[in-house]
Amino acid sequence: MTLLDVAELRLSFGGLLAVDGLSLSVAEGEIVSLIGPNGAGKTSVFNCVTGFYRPTAGRITLRGRDLRGLRPSAVAGLGVARTFQNLRLFGELSVLDNVRAGTHLWLRQSVLDALLHTPRYRRSERECTEQAHHWLDFVGLRGDRYGPARALPYGEQRRAEIARALARRPGLLLLDEPAAGLNHGEKAGMVDLIRRIRDLGVAIVLIEHDMGLVMEVSERVVVLNFGREIADGRPEDVRRDPAVIEAYLGGEPDA
Amino acid sequence: MTQLVWNGLFVGSFYALVALGYSMVYGIIKLLNFAHGDLYMLGAFTGFAVLGAAGGVPSSLSLPLLLGVLLATMAITGLAGVALERVAYRPLRRAPRLSLLITAVGASFALEYGMRAVAGADPRVYPVRLGGTPLEILGARLTPQQLVLIAVAVVFMIGLNLLVTRTREGRAMRAIALDPRTSALMGIDVNAVISRTFFLGSALAGAAGVMAGAYYGKIDFLMGFLIGLKAFTAAVIGGIGNIPGTMLGGLLLGLLESFGTFWLGGEWRDVFAFGVLILFLTVRPTGLLGERVTERV
Amino acid sequence: MKTGAAGPKVRRRGVDRPPTRVSRLLQNRWAGAAGLLVALLAPFVNATPYALSIMTSAAIFVMLAAGLNIVVGYCGLLDLGYAAFFAVGAYTSGVLATRFDLPLLATVPAVLAVTVLAGIVIGAPTLRLRSDYLAIVTLGFGEIIRITANNLDVTGGPSGVYGIPHLTDGPVSFYYLTVAVVSLAVLGAARLGRSRLGRAWRFVREDEDAAEATGVNTYRVKLAAYIAGAVWGGLAGVLFAAHLSAISPASFTFLQSALVLMAVVLGGMGSVPGVVLGAIVISLLPEVLRDLADYRFFLFGVLLIGFMLVRPQGLWPARSKEALRSDEALRSEEALK
Repeated sequence: MTLLDVAELRLSFGGLLAVDGLSLSVAEGEIVSLIGPNGAGKTSVFNCVTGFYRPTAGRITLRGRDLRGLRPSAVAGLGVARTFQNLRLFGELSVLDNVRAGTHLWLRQSVLDALLHTPRYRRSERECTEQAHHWLDFVGLRGDRYGPARALPYGEQRRAEIARALARRPGLLLLDEPAAGLNHGEKAGMVDLIRRIRDLGVAIVLIEHDMGLVMEVSERVVVLNFGREIADGRPEDVRRDPAVIEAYLGGEPDA
Repeated sequence: MTQLVWNGLFVGSFYALVALGYSMVYGIIKLLNFAHGDLYMLGAFTGFAVLGAAGGVPSSLSLPLLLGVLLATMAITGLAGVALERVAYRPLRRAPRLSLLITAVGASFALEYGMRAVAGADPRVYPVRLGGTPLEILGARLTPQQLVLIAVAVVFMIGLNLLVTRTREGRAMRAIALDPRTSALMGIDVNAVISRTFFLGSALAGAAGVMAGAYYGKIDFLMGFLIGLKAFTAAVIGGIGNIPGTMLGGLLLGLLESFGTFWLGGEWRDVFAFGVLILFLTVRPTGLLGERVTERV
Repeated sequence: MKTGAAGPKVRRRGVDRPPTRVSRLLQNRWAGAAGLLVALLAPFVNATPYALSIMTSAAIFVMLAAGLNIVVGYCGLLDLGYAAFFAVGAYTSGVLATRFDLPLLATVPAVLAVTVLAGIVIGAPTLRLRSDYLAIVTLGFGEIIRITANNLDVTGGPSGVYGIPHLTDGPVSFYYLTVAVVSLAVLGAARLGRSRLGRAWRFVREDEDAAEATGVNTYRVKLAAYIAGAVWGGLAGVLFAAHLSAISPASFTFLQSALVLMAVVLGGMGSVPGVVLGAIVISLLPEVLRDLADYRFFLFGVLLIGFMLVRPQGLWPARSKEALRSDEALRSEEALK
């Protein structure tokens, strides 16, 4: 069943076309990788889907609902979560608070509850903390959860950001270069984590430059170049596609 | 009617002169220099001190002498601006925006009340007063001194615009405004260019301060507060960071105020000006000549 | 506050070290109780009308700082015209009470309504803008309110409103009433800070885009901070009107706004005990340093710069290390294994 459907998406900044007529659909529980050379428009696609950019033309629907013109927070409310290319944790806040951010939309708590510390306030705070711990356990975070997020090692910060996105309990998770800057062992852990997230029934769209990781984890690979889709298929087919080798892999057989 | 236009253009040229410094600094390091209006005040007091040191002023010589004082004052306020940037702003360039804004508020306070401690709280009377017989042009009364002041302001503005659009220095400024890191990689001495930008902007504010002192005759330590706000308004109307836009904004604000005062009464002038500011920020935050920025994330 | 970015020299106490006896003593609950006790006992030490008046003013100032802290400290929005809300509250209650012969207490609902409205009117158009534009717009708005009060007849023009009824019979009882109201206001601000909304404020402060991506409607959340700040300021205005029984535009200048900001920055943005301490320091300092009266504001300006350069987290910083609650302590031990 189709979860996300992007059709004929175009995005231009002034005269520059960042995305040029891209169509992409993602099924429930699927892992799709979006690859392409730098500047191919991958992150722009994420930004259009999540409402940070307003597309120049095209349709974006999630479970048939139009996402265009919605605030990013409204898109998040419909079940789309994302991470950022250059880590956007709330650095001064505790790791736990960062993940609590993900539960923001689920908490039923009014200002009055907070002022009077009603039982409902206590219950929702406890629940929110438990959820945060649960997702930190899920991503396997070992660092100090009570200290500021900026104090975590880099790889752990990546995991914390994913935990924050998961606490949103999304149907679709957009990961923007989750393995960037990770060492070999951490990358293997990331592959495992991505699979476990999919096993929760969450569909994943992944932007990634590490071809090894992409080939290992993806069920489908979409290749972008200059804002256009040049290939879409199973990893093993895409890596043999002449157009892809030409445009992206630059002729190297096993980049 | 012509009188209103004339008054508006006259006040507007002051606003434009002060707004330019605001706009240049904002354009290059995206900092709202709250203390900018106080550099204008500093200019007025510096001019006051220089004139006092020069002794008595024969009224026949007042205009050339004033121009000399103007240049001396510009040098001094320019250096004060450079010092301010060096001490208060540069160490915080990578800090969160809020810290920088608060520092700027602190700088404004320190300048205002530092001047109060030095020069006292009472207004001072400028030793030079530009009087003169008004001329009648197109039904408006204006003095030769007003004409001279406007001419000086226009010369400064044209000079600045040439500097920014035609010279190497100006190119460096524009490059830093776009991308400081790449500019540094391309061999531009970013800190030096920022210092020179502060020098220019502060010098212009100082010039406006001397001119205002000589024209209105009275100066006090809080005179920069309101004009700082007005200059910001002018910069926003025209498009902050955009030099021709800022000049246009200054003149436009002068005109708007002139007509607003005529319709609503003088006591509502400032309310009217700030109302225009809020309206502009709501409807067109990039100003008349500013470019729309779509980039996010 | 992203203090880490301000320079590597900034060391944060209490983050990397285990809690000491002192830091436990300074924990908010005990500090709050101790502070309240001091405030309650103060009139037994010195109850001259002058001392009482100073202490009452200081308490009202604490409430202002607690309100501005919601906007600046929690949410990271620089408001340079906070005195406007103070003025709106004071004038609304003062004008209503004197024109319609109402007891001051009866004007409180109207004050609430008007300040909420003022918060929306200022916030709605400007909160979409970049944060530095907001600072100047609030500055302009503060001036608009002051000049308007100065020009209108209903607000008494430059001489203001006088003969405002008192809330209680005498200065001592009014002092205790003020302390009670201010304590509740401080407690309320602290509780808001620890709630879902308070967390959302901090997310916005730290990274607006990331907050938006996690589902926080940043515009609504900022507006909420603004309205909360307006309500705190407005209610402080009622206390102010009752305290002085006369108000005039001269009480609501930019200087007033800047002083409240200074209290927040000095004490520690986002830290409730910090801003209370900051407010007390700022409001009592002139009493201590009479000789330096001429240099006071100059000193404040230099202090603002100095604090931002050297200690941006303020005298009593907000903790970025989370306190363990008993049910979490166990977990944390497990996590460390």
